[in-house]
Amino acid sequence: MSESNPEPLFALVGNPNCGKTTIFNALTGLRQKVANYPGVTVEKKVGECISQHGKKLRLIDLPGAYSLNARSPDEAVLRDVLLGRRADTQRPDRVICIVDAANLERNLYLLTQVLELGLPVILVLNMIDVAEAREWRIDVPKLSALLGIPVIPMQATSGQGLIELKLAMSQAAPEAPKWHSPPLPEPLKAELARSRGLLCQAGAVRTEATLLEPLYLISDHDPSHYGIDAAHLERIVECRKALESRFPGWEDELVNARYAAISELCAQVLKRPDQPGVTITDKLDAVFLHPIWGGLSMLAVMSVLFYLIFSIAQVPQGWIESAFSALGNWVQSEMAPGDLRDLIVNGVIAGVAGVLVFLPQILILFFFIGLMEDTGYMSRIAFVVDRLMSTVGLNGKAFLPFLSSYACAVPGIMATRTIDSPKDRLITILIAPLASCSARLPVYGLLIPALLPAHLASAWVKAGLMLGMYAIGTLGAFFFAWLFNKTIMRGASSPMILEMPDYKVPALKGVLLHVWERANLFVKRAGTVILGLSILIWAASTYPKTPGADDSTQLANSIAGRAGHLIEPLVKPLGYDWKIGIGLISSFAAREVFVNTMSVVYAVESGDDEDVQPLRNRLAEERWPDGRPIYSPLVCLSLMVFYVFAMQCVSTIAIVRRETNSWKWPMFQLGYLTGTAYLLALVVYQVGTWLGY
Amino acid sequence: MLPAPKLSELPAGDSAIIAAMPCGRPALTRLRELGLVPGTRVKVVRRAPLGEPIEICVRGSRLAMRNHEAAFIELAAS
Repeated sequence: MSESNPEPLFALVGNPNCGKTTIFNALTGLRQKVANYPGVTVEKKVGECISQHGKKLRLIDLPGAYSLNARSPDEAVLRDVLLGRRADTQRPDRVICIVDAANLERNLYLLTQVLELGLPVILVLNMIDVAEAREWRIDVPKLSALLGIPVIPMQATSGQGLIELKLAMSQAAPEAPKWHSPPLPEPLKAELARSRGLLCQAGAVRTEATLLEPLYLISDHDPSHYGIDAAHLERIVECRKALESRFPGWEDELVNARYAAISELCAQVLKRPDQPGVTITDKLDAVFLHPIWGGLSMLAVMSVLFYLIFSIAQVPQGWIESAFSALGNWVQSEMAPGDLRDLIVNGVIAGVAGVLVFLPQILILFFFIGLMEDTGYMSRIAFVVDRLMSTVGLNGKAFLPFLSSYACAVPGIMATRTIDSPKDRLITILIAPLASCSARLPVYGLLIPALLPAHLASAWVKAGLMLGMYAIGTLGAFFFAWLFNKTIMRGASSPMILEMPDYKVPALKGVLLHVWERANLFVKRAGTVILGLSILIWAASTYPKTPGADDSTQLANSIAGRAGHLIEPLVKPLGYDWKIGIGLISSFAAREVFVNTMSVVYAVESGDDEDVQPLRNRLAEERWPDGRPIYSPLVCLSLMVFYVFAMQCVSTIAIVRRETNSWKWPMFQLGYLTGTAYLLALVVYQVGTWLGY
Repeated sequence: MLPAPKLSELPAGDSAIIAAMPCGRPALTRLRELGLVPGTRVKVVRRAPLGEPIEICVRGSRLAMRNHEAAFIELAAS
């Protein structure tokens, strides 16, 4: 224990889905903070709680892991914190290891690894009710005696066992565990000692490191080798090669030995019925995973979710918009005209509204995801759709985030946190903006009737064209997912292993806490970036000012207007003039802005101030100097194709920056999407023109 | 001699003992860490509606995996 932090630091450790977060929440309440481990998209959760004796205790909720042999950045963080290898995180003084009692044998694997580290451990047997319902008998006193640590049965969702846990945590001088795993074979030990010497020389491990530290560094199979200094990696790979050539299959041997010891332990403390009875989970799975009912029930659940985030969310979104527009009008009437008033009304207030307007969808989606994760239904969705997603190289967990992106990519990308494979998660983030989100609807709504006037096409044909836009976006997403899998993510493949937890009643409090946490992070981390970029784009279409000019001339002379002129040679091959160029530039803030911008661009030029014709009719009248219509059907189509692919959304850029923890991926995404959009719009216009349309 | 049956071929509802798994493959090492070591009994609970993945029960825990990995796991002939 360091002197500056007299309160002991407890680490919560456990497999994914063991109920660790529920216990962390129950212990800390709202006294917790969420941050990122520097340089990686793994969340760091720390909190405080008060012991039974009124003493302050510090807690850190470490990422869920199956093993200290890291396969993912999450597991690498766990390994590094427990070994005290992270400069930014104190090594915990004690460990609370949480195991899912209904999956006891598998969960003991990580526990025995942790016990070997020598830190005092408290074992929590969570979900003891599920194990009891299956008529499993766990001999708790014997388990405690054999391991030499306190063992506390718990049902975290109802709070049973919490007081006992706090009492165990209050113990002043805990003893080190007395469990001894099967010793490493002597020759292997000698080889590991040699590796430790080499790694010590290179500075990869400290001199006081036990043999476990080189062992876990060498057995790191995470392709990103997170937490391992690049300079040390080569030396570690050398050590691995030496080990493998002398002891082929040594890692597998160690796993076998560990499970042999665990089986022996379980034989003494765990009694399972010979013929497992039919559980509620079996009965529910017979329906939810049925070849026909499974698909239909999933369709029903997804339809409800989609309806909620697509339609119902519009109601509170409308309230937010009208509240902020009322606020803007009030400031407009109370303040003296001037740059400051414009900045406050059109920059800040509109920008804040643009951030908060995402909240209804985020709240609804994360509430739904929380329910599905907590009940166990999420794994069933992944199980049913995995085959489908695997055709493009993704796994079943990518389905829900991608589907949500059809309402809005921002909550969809936030939802990729449920994907545990870092590779699949990144690919899903990269393709999410290709799902045709609701912000494209106003653009389609403007252009489709302009492309297909009422006297030429029925509503069905228009609906078909709309559907076609959704289809090419989806195909594009699948194509790029496949391509990224084959190219930039090649070799990073990890096996698809999905846990199928028992169904359980969701803990509403935990779900709500999670929703609040997500919303809070969105507003603080992404919201500030969105606000900043929105103000920049607003300023670009406002300055420099042209005194006495009408709105249209003002816009044409602004930075955005001049940029529209500037890019005209670039967009002319697509069939666009500089006015459309202004629309493209200003709608970089958000796609639907295109419609408003085009209204400003054209409204005054019509010369009819009292009764502004619908924008659509104005578009039909627009002509090139030589008299050809600008908005020919081909240009409308080319524009729509552009909007299907282009990443015209600063909010998406901001959220990708936040979720990938770097500017590299949002910039890559911006480049590849805008490039594709440009290329395809060019092909549509040029080929169409060549064909004589 | 017939080739050893594979976990990917086991019909739903059947169980068998794992006979052998290739060594030194990280993907399979992870499956071992989840309890699929030679000598362990595995049961195929069901297949997904589209034929893949398969849900198995091992040491009282339920996991799903794809045929690709399951095809490496050899079973003892029953």
